Amino acid sequence: MQFDPFIIPFNIGLYFIVIYAVVRSVSWFGDLSRPDKLRLQRGFFGKAFGQSIKEIFLESLIHRKILKSNPRLGYMHMSLAFGWFLLILFGTIEADVFGAHHLNAPYKAIFFKFFNPEHGRMGFEAAFSFLMDLILAFILSGLVLAIIKRFSSRVVGIKKTTKLRVLDKIALTSLWLIFPSRLLAESFTSGAYGTGSFLTGSLGSILASFLPAQEMAYPFWWLYSLSLGTFFILLPLTRYMHIPTELFLIFARNSGIKTGDQPGAFREIQIYSCSSCGICIDACQLNFSAGITNIQSAYLMKGIRNNENVSDIAFNCLMCGRCDQKCPVGIELTPLRMLSRRAGETVENEQSIWQKYFPGRQVMLPVKPVSDPSYSWLKQEEPAKTDVIYFAGCMTHLTPAIKNSMITILEASGVRYNFLDEKGGVCCGRPLMLAGQDREARELINHNSQLIWKSGAHTIVTSCPICYKVFKESYYLDVEVLHHSQFIKNLIEEGSLKLNFLHRKVTYHTPCDLGRGSGVYNEPKDVLRHVARLLKSDFEDENSLCCGGSLGNMKISSRQKSMIAHDVATELTKGNPDILATSCPLCKKTLSAATTTRVADISEIVADAIVRTAIKKKLNEPVRKVKVAVDFHN
Amino acid sequence: MERFGFAISKGRQIDYDANSRHIAGYISEREPSFRVCIECGCCAATCTTGNFTSFSLRELHILLKRGENESVRENIKKCMLCGKCTLVCPRGVNTRNVVTLARQAFQKFPADAV
Ligand code: SF4
Ligand code: SF4
Ligand code: SF4
Ligand code: SF4
Ligand code: SF4
Repeated sequence: MQFDPFIIPFNIGLYFIVIYAVVRSVSWFGDLSRPDKLRLQRGFFGKAFGQSIKEIFLESLIHRKILKSNPRLGYMHMSLAFGWFLLILFGTIEADVFGAHHLNAPYKAIFFKFFNPEHGRMGFEAAFSFLMDLILAFILSGLVLAIIKRFSSRVVGIKKTTKLRVLDKIALTSLWLIFPSRLLAESFTSGAYGTGSFLTGSLGSILASFLPAQEMAYPFWWLYSLSLGTFFILLPLTRYMHIPTELFLIFARNSGIKTGDQPGAFREIQIYSCSSCGICIDACQLNFSAGITNIQSAYLMKGIRNNENVSDIAFNCLMCGRCDQKCPVGIELTPLRMLSRRAGETVENEQSIWQKYFPGRQVMLPVKPVSDPSYSWLKQEEPAKTDVIYFAGCMTHLTPAIKNSMITILEASGVRYNFLDEKGGVCCGRPLMLAGQDREARELINHNSQLIWKSGAHTIVTSCPICYKVFKESYYLDVEVLHHSQFIKNLIEEGSLKLNFLHRKVTYHTPCDLGRGSGVYNEPKDVLRHVARLLKSDFEDENSLCCGGSLGNMKISSRQKSMIAHDVATELTKGNPDILATSCPLCKKTLSAATTTRVADISEIVADAIVRTAIKKKLNEPVRKVKVAVDFHN
Repeated sequence: MERFGFAISKGRQIDYDANSRHIAGYISEREPSFRVCIECGCCAATCTTGNFTSFSLRELHILLKRGENESVRENIKKCMLCGKCTLVCPRGVNTRNVVTLARQAFQKFPADAV
């Protein structure tokens, strides 16, 4: 049997990490809720399995998403992950084919050259050595990029690399040492025996020409084994834990498990899956427009992993969802942040090393005591019976032009409607939710739900994307919820609205809560194309920007908000549009203050385009009669 | 004793020095814009809650700064955090954070709330 003491560190590390990964996975599985357990079982033994394997190959090894968004950074991740994978795969094949036995212990493959120094002189063997050298060169090229990135983060396109802790540093150093020490160990051995291919062979003969290669090789084999062992043992304490965790995440996600609104095992899995790649930092406008560089999702994930009180980080965020959209691991960053907001301030606790290896179920100790209901003073009213409810929302009341345009459109369309909050209504509840006060928000939701339910309406139209999102997601109502852009589009398609073409150039700004938040991208643009010439911007759809005025951020100052708004307005008016269009009252208000271009909601543009005779005709018809009659009964 | 309809009224001045400014301090430390409020009342004029009740953020600002915390604690719960006030405030006070911090402070330091 081939054996040498230098393989011991590697063997310890390897068996440790394998056992550890199994134990951790079992404990995560045990922490999942019952339905999630069933989902995962079904996913693992069902169709989702193939999907997961494919995703693991494309994302965990090739890193396709990072490659797409940032080719150089993607290459770096790919060369390390995929290269290492290939090295292990072909190393195992090599050991199996050319080694003394079949089915070898892992160390035989990893240290093949040490045990078979004569291997690779000619023919097929030489071709295989060439392949192995090629893979090693591939990894080393990525490693060079990684080292450069650490010291000057501009090179790979990322502006900020995430800050490291001590243990991360040790793990990182051992990771960096793995491949150079392998290169040197193999080169010295090759140099001593005159084997090796273009990389190890050439380097080996050069080194052997002035150094005692035979003696030099052995320490480097030790170093190779030690750095592997150290890396494996420290892995659970560092961000590299994301490597095994991501596999679990991919299976769980493909089985249909979602974050939901309760903290649980899936939250933890996602938090450990973050690779600190920094793509979220680059995507964040607080970073590149407002100079806030410590609150991005990578830092939130890290803070939670380290059991810190992350409340300041959690609340200093626009909840724009840009990072969520771009995260290559597909972590549900916005729902995770909402969970941290709900927990509010938490108790910080230092963990011992043992606790770090085996963190108990992460408890978020909330500091919020139960208080009396806050809105018991709200009186229930009797709304008029109607088909369609128009709910303007608080923000729309601050932008009367939108409200008036919507009234014009509703009148022109001839539908039977009721302006629910004409005299000012109760807030929809989402601002409270964004502040982590769900219980209070529920009170408002119940109040509004009653009103809507009593009105007998089948459709509710809102002008505010914030309201739209909460009506759609958190009101359990049996009515169709439409944002006014969708409503107007329906009206146009039905032919209830006759519009002129305005000869205007328009750029459209997608509001976060409507676009990324609710998936409504096309309707507003379709409406605009009906009445004006729509220009393209550099920030369309999923890549749209946040205006900066978001109610999601509880912390930033008005100056920082306007810095963001100015950057956004500058970007979007690059094509010199006549109008900067949006479909949110809050975006309108924020952007108007930041540009000299006219900023208008799509409802205003549509109202301008309504064929006037049609309005007159409709106004003469008894459109509001029913509503008036009901009012009269009251 | 003969009552002539005169009486010596009790002193009506408020001794501000006896009030605790702890809550106001807690807020302004974490949200510096709390200090720049000029008590203009724009926030109260637009307020969603103010539309239904006599709730006034301007009043609460004044009371907090004076350390008259009790009525603030009772009333601050009524705010819906809708954010209209933030948009109209001429001084750029981050009113939603002021309200949130005040609520937090009352929970953390119940003793100061009198
Ligand atoms: S959260 Fe996603 S994008 Fe951000 S560092 Fe982690 S893996 Fe990268
Ligand atoms: S949601 Fe938006 S503001 Fe918040 S961290 Fe992500 S990109 Fe930044
Ligand atoms: S979400 Fe905003 S605009 Fe809509 S009702 Fe609530 S506070 Fe008003
Ligand atoms: S609007 Fe602003 S400055 Fe005026 S009272 Fe309210 S918070 Fe103070
Ligand atoms: S956030 Fe509160 S104080 Fe401000 S307008 Fe809304 S309800 Fe009134």
